[in-house]
Formats: sequence, C-alpha cells, structure tokens
Amino acid sequence: MTLKTYFSNIFSTIRSLLKGMRRTGYYFTHHKEIITQQYPEYKPPLPERFRGEVVMPHNADNEHKCTGCTACELACPNGTIKIVTKQEINAAGKKKKALDTFVYHLELCTMCNLCIVACPTDAIEMAQSFEHSVFDRNSLIKTLNEPGSKLEEGIE
Amino acid sequence: MLEEIGKTEEGDLIINIGPQHPSTHGVLHLVITLNGETVKKVEPHLGYIHRSIEKMSESLSYRQFIYATSRMDYLSSHINNHGCALCVEQGLEVEIPERAQVIRVLMGELTRIASHVLWWGALAMDVGAITPFFHAFRERELLNDLMEETCGARLTMNYMVPGGVMFDLHPNFQRRVHEFISMFKSKIGEYDELVTNNAIFINRMKGVGYISREDAISYGCSGPVARASGVSCDIRKLYPYDIYGKVQLEEVLDDGGDCYARYIVRMKEMQQSLSVIEQLIDNIPSGDHMAKTKAVLKLPKGEYYSRVETARGEFGVYIVSEGKMTPYRIKYRSPGFSNLSAIDHMARGQKIGDLVAIMGSLDLVIPDIDR
Amino acid sequence: MALFLEFVIAGLLCIGLFAILGLVLVLMERKVSAYMQIRLGPNRVGPKGALQTLADTLKLLSKEGLTPRGADRFLFNLAPFVAMIGTMLLLAPIPFAKGFQLWDINIGVLYISAVSSLAVISILLAGWASNNKYSLLGAMRSGAQIVSYELSAGLSIIAIVVLTGSLSISDIIASQADGWWIFKGHLPVWIAFVTFIIAVTAETNRAPFDLAEAESELTAGFHTEYSGMKFALFFLAEYINIFIVCAIGAILFFGGWMPFHIGNWEGFNRIMDYIPSSVWFFGKTFFLIFVIMWFRWTFPRLRIDQLLNLEWKYLLPISMVNVLLITLVAILGWHF
Repeated sequence: MTLKTYFSNIFSTIRSLLKGMRRTGYYFTHHKEIITQQYPEYKPPLPERFRGEVVMPHNADNEHKCTGCTACELACPNGTIKIVTKQEINAAGKKKKALDTFVYHLELCTMCNLCIVACPTDAIEMAQSFEHSVFDRNSLIKTLNEPGSKLEEGIE
Repeated sequence: MLEEIGKTEEGDLIINIGPQHPSTHGVLHLVITLNGETVKKVEPHLGYIHRSIEKMSESLSYRQFIYATSRMDYLSSHINNHGCALCVEQGLEVEIPERAQVIRVLMGELTRIASHVLWWGALAMDVGAITPFFHAFRERELLNDLMEETCGARLTMNYMVPGGVMFDLHPNFQRRVHEFISMFKSKIGEYDELVTNNAIFINRMKGVGYISREDAISYGCSGPVARASGVSCDIRKLYPYDIYGKVQLEEVLDDGGDCYARYIVRMKEMQQSLSVIEQLIDNIPSGDHMAKTKAVLKLPKGEYYSRVETARGEFGVYIVSEGKMTPYRIKYRSPGFSNLSAIDHMARGQKIGDLVAIMGSLDLVIPDIDR
Repeated sequence: MALFLEFVIAGLLCIGLFAILGLVLVLMERKVSAYMQIRLGPNRVGPKGALQTLADTLKLLSKEGLTPRGADRFLFNLAPFVAMIGTMLLLAPIPFAKGFQLWDINIGVLYISAVSSLAVISILLAGWASNNKYSLLGAMRSGAQIVSYELSAGLSIIAIVVLTGSLSISDIIASQADGWWIFKGHLPVWIAFVTFIIAVTAETNRAPFDLAEAESELTAGFHTEYSGMKFALFFLAEYINIFIVCAIGAILFFGGWMPFHIGNWEGFNRIMDYIPSSVWFFGKTFFLIFVIMWFRWTFPRLRIDQLLNLEWKYLLPISMVNVLLITLVAILGWHF
C-alpha cells in the first residue's frame, strides 16, 4: 500500500460516511417526511376488499340471504364455519331446509376469502373490522345470523 | 490446515445463536463452534416452526391448499400462490386469460420489490445500521397498501387461484402503481447514499461468505444467492411461465460470490422488476380475470411439477394425484432450505460478525425453510 | 463542618446531575433516532413524550434483579456499581460554568484519561461474572477495543496539552479566551479533533463501534444477563460517559464555558459574554453528543478486526504524526 492509496482510502471513506450523514441529517431536519400514523387516534380508512372478519349482512326486516347450502362450510380449509340447518314449512306449505344457526369460529379463520367466493347467494361478506382481541376466546365463536332472522324472499 | 477447521477442540466455544436471537429473523437455531472470534463450524437446527403444511395439504382440496403457501415464504406470498396455481392448472389443462396472466406477473414483481426492500433494511440492521430498516418500510408500506386494495390482505394474500386471480384489479391499481414507481425511483438513490456506497458497509460485505460457482450448484442454491456466484438460474428466463416469455427481462448475474455480490444482485433485481412493471402496467389487456373452472377440481391421476422464481429463488411444487378431490402427496421445494445449507461452507473461518452478515445476505425466511 | 457540608452539597449535586442527564440524554437519543428514521419517537407520556424515560425508570425499578445461576454473585453485582462510580469520579474536574467546578486539580486532563479507563474493568467484570458466553465475548471485545482506542484519544488530548502547556482544565479554558483551539490551531487541531471524536465514540462503546454489545451478533454483549436496575446502572453510566467525553471534547477544542471570542474584537467579545457561560458549555457539549448520536443512527457496525485495524493502522500513526506537527506549531508559535 503506497502512501497515496493510504490517504485516498481515508478521504474516500470519510466522503462516503459524510454522504450517509447528510441523508440522515436531512430527515432529522425535515419533519414533514415522518410517516408514522398515530394509531388509536387516527385510523386509516381500510379498502372495501380488506378481509377482517366474515359477517352476514341483514336487511331492515332482519332478513339474510343464507339458504344453509353449506357451500362455504365445504370451501373452508380450517373448519371455521359450522352450519346447523332446520326443516321449515314455507308459505307454499312445503317442507324446506333452512338455516338455523351459522356458527363462525373467528379464532380459526385465516381470512382466505374462499367461503365468500363459494357462496352462491352472496349471503356472507368480509367486514373491515380488525381489532379482534378479547380476553376470552369463547367470545370469538360467533353466530352470524341474527336471532329471529329469516331468509330473504326470492332467494333459492 | 483446512482439515483442522471444523474440528472441535479443547477450548472451543460452542454457542447457540437462536432460536431467540435478534439477527436470526425468526426461530432459526444455529449451533456455532467458535475459536475466539473465528467461526469453525455452523450447524443449522430446524423444526421450531414446522407446521406440516405439506401433510396438511393432503386433506385439503386443490382450491384450499393454496392459502397455506402464503404462510411459508410470507414475503413472497403472491409468488408461492402463483406456483401452486400453475401446478394445479397444469393438471387441469385450463387456458388462463391473458389479463389474469398479466395481473399475476405484475403482482409477482411488486412482491419481489417489497421483499427485496425489506431484505435491504434487514441486512443493514444485521450489520448494525438501524435507520435503513425504517426507511425500507416506507416503500414497502406503499406496496402493502396497494395490494391491500386489490387483494384484501397485506401479507397472506391468497389471491392467485387455479384458473386466474380471485378478484379483478381495483380501479385505483394503475394509478397507485405509477405513484409507487415514481416514488421508488426518487428514493433508490438514497439507498445507495445510506448503505451501498458506505465504506463501512462495503468492508463488511466484500470478500465475506464466498461461495464458488461449483459449490453454489452442488449445494442447490438458487435465486440471487446462486446468481451472485455466476449460476444462471432465473426460472423467469429459463422456463418462462405465464407471460414472462413476452416481457423484456434481464437476468442479473455477478461472479463475485461474496455477500457484496449478493447485495448488488438483489439491488439490480429491484430495477429489473421495476422495468417489468413499467412494461406491463399500461398494457393490461381487458377480459376476464379468471378462467371458467369446475366447482370441484379433480386432477387426473399423475404427477405434476411446476416452478416459479420467488424473491429467494426457485420454488417448486410437486403434486401427486390419484384422481381424487384432494392431492395424494404435495412436496414443496423451498429456496431458503437449500440456500441455508450453504451457510456452513460460507461462514467457516470467518468472524461472528461475518456470520450475521452472511445470514442477512442469504435473505432467510424461516417459515419457508421449515414448512 | 463547612467541609462536610461542602461534601454533602457536591455529592447531592452530582447525583442530581446524574439523574437529570440520564433522563435527558436517553430521551434525546430516542428523539434523534426517531427523526432520523422518519418516526415520531416517544410522544405519549407527558408533553411530547418528555416523561418517557421517567416511566421507563419506574418500570426498571419494579423489575426483578436477576442473578443467573453459576454467576459469580459478588462480582456480578459489583460490576454495575464500578461502572457507576467510575463515571461519577469523572465529573469532579469538569467546569460546568465559569468558576463552577468541583475540583480544579492541576493534572485535570491526566486524571480524566486515567479514570475513564476504569470503565473497561466494569465491563470485563460484568462479562466474566455473568457466566454467559455472549457476555464473555462482548467483554473481551470491549477490552481489546478500549485499551487500543485510549492511545489515540490520549494522543489527541496531548495535542491540546502541548499547545496550552498545561494539564489543568481551567488553564486550558483560559488559554482559549482569544479564540477556541479548533479555530486557532489550523489543520493539526482539526485532525486531532476528528481522531478524538472517533476514539471517544469507540471508548464509550457507541455505534459504529458498539461491538461489546453488538445486538445483532451478541444479543446484548456484556450486559446480556443484567436486568432491572442493575441494567439501568450500566445504561446510565454509558450515557453519562458520553456526556463526559463530549464535555472534554468541548473543553479541549471549543473552549468549554468560554464564549465565542475572536482575537481582539472587543465589542464582539463583549456581546458574546452576555450569553451565560453555562449555556455555552452545555450548548457545545450537547452539540458533540448530537454528532455522536448522528454517527450511531447512520453507520453500520465495524467488524472486530476492522475496528482494531482502524486504530492501529490509521488513527494511531496519524495522531502520532499529528502530535509532532502540533509540537512544531507550538514551538514556532504558528497558532494564532
């Protein structure tokens, strides 16, 4: 190593280090570059496709669209959904299979969206809620159909 | 002299790095034999995050098993899903609409950038600079946001399904990708200022963890690790899938074989991915985002293999079908496993600090190594 | 009696300064790092997060002080106190303002460089007594590091001692009444200053020379096994050490509490004198502390052999030649 390379080494090192310091120094003085979001106060809007939880929307008359066909139960890779059906006599006086309880295990769900895709009547959809932590895991086992709800007219 | 390296002697220090250790990025467990500061032997121990995804998949249908692959290499979950979807489609012999192919490739390349950006920050953190890690997340967050908008998830996507993609692109997608491209191009210079040209960083990387071309091949390395040793192994170039055959893509090769070469290869790959995205983003063909498939998928009896290039290397999916609703056997070839196996070869005779740099340059994702 | 009272007051002041400096410096580090990393930093406890370190201290106080099995109990528990006492002793000869100095000893600079090397003993004790391989490696690294970097730190201090002709800190400050050495001493003093900053960064185990506690390699190095208040003592000692070395740097190169004076511009110098001397002292010290923090949040860490190379191949030869140059400058009276 000649004396020249020795000193040029030192100078190029110092230059490269100063360049890095200029970059961090820039961010130190430019506070508007900060990207932190203050979470509980500011909740960023979630896109409508965000998969947070399976829900079953009900209309104003407390009616849902689930026929109890168990397509979602079959599509689920984790056994998250359990559908209990009952026999019901409809307006025409015929016996018909209908939904009794739609049990949804949020603690098993991986939000893969396969049940939503599988549903022939669009009875379930993904909600944008994501704050699911609870103290008792039993409260994560949910019944999606509202008490007293029934199938919407015209859905087969 | 060479034979002596690797033997345990009186006075050698045996240290467990991991399963809980700041630089193993997960539950990797390395048993290292030290002579002073010099590493004599590295022995990776696996099994801490084994979830038996392969066995589990045997009882799931061909639509269902894909979700679990997002949880293997979680940094390139799109590409893992892609590989599985390709393998199932190979058995089903369905024609994928061109729109779906373009979307898949776009998502794959965006995932690659997101993965490499995170790797860049994590590598810098491994060698002691913490600030780049946070800067890397700024870019990654943009990508996560735009994926969230289209796919509905930020990490475990489950977006690619046999026959195409689950949803069509979000109307905002193209605008946001353009925003990302212009933002990323303005920031990539900062990466060089902060890390690439930093003299300390170059000294920590150059000549560390050397692996020759022959050794890289015999260890089965793939992806940037092998390409940094001069092995041409980019699946996107050699066995093009979907529309990779039609896009301009340059395989990044380097013959350095050390950590610095691996670093440079990944940095250049980000540029390549960016150019692929730029070629495709304004030319997304209209049409269906999914081919018509049967409600219940059944693969004809036989064996199917497909491979894709993830951010870490070659990801292979091997399905044996008996003609039933569920696969008889699924085997994944994960890039991290083979890349990790070379760590002993790379780290022998180096210092502990080098071992950490080597781990960082291999870009290990532990759930990928240990499925 | 009066002497006793003096002791009590001095002791209380020292401990109070310790506590306040610890709180301020930890908060400053966290804020500086946050802004460089495009984050906000602590902002929940107190106004703008000002009480965050207080809350952290409370948390550490309430934690269990664990002594691992197989550790040398006595030495393990002694080590944090050695670290603390070592740094406390260093406060004695530092003038915080004009005439505000605990002990104006005539070998002040020598005393500081002698006592500051006590820090390595506490690190070696902690590393060895922990019965942990990471700690041992960290302690050994730190031993090699501090012993070597003391040489160039000492040589750059000598540069100023040669110019001043005195080891006493008050004399060194008085000699800068017509301008600080960094401006009076030409290039050699600049070289001495850069060497000094690099060497003290290494001596205080700060990044990029934080090999003793390199978290990505040795988890936490020599204090891996320490918890609760024992860990906090190490933590505090590290920050007070930074304060002290930066204060020394400010004294040697920037004139300590001496206001910014230029030669014989009487009017300008008088205006500068209106700013209290303590503001000058703390301003300069905190500026140097900021520079050291700036290093930490920008640079990657060196490897152990590169660290020793830097000292023995670069810093030491350069500072030796530099001392020669400075002697020449001092003899020929070339400085202003």
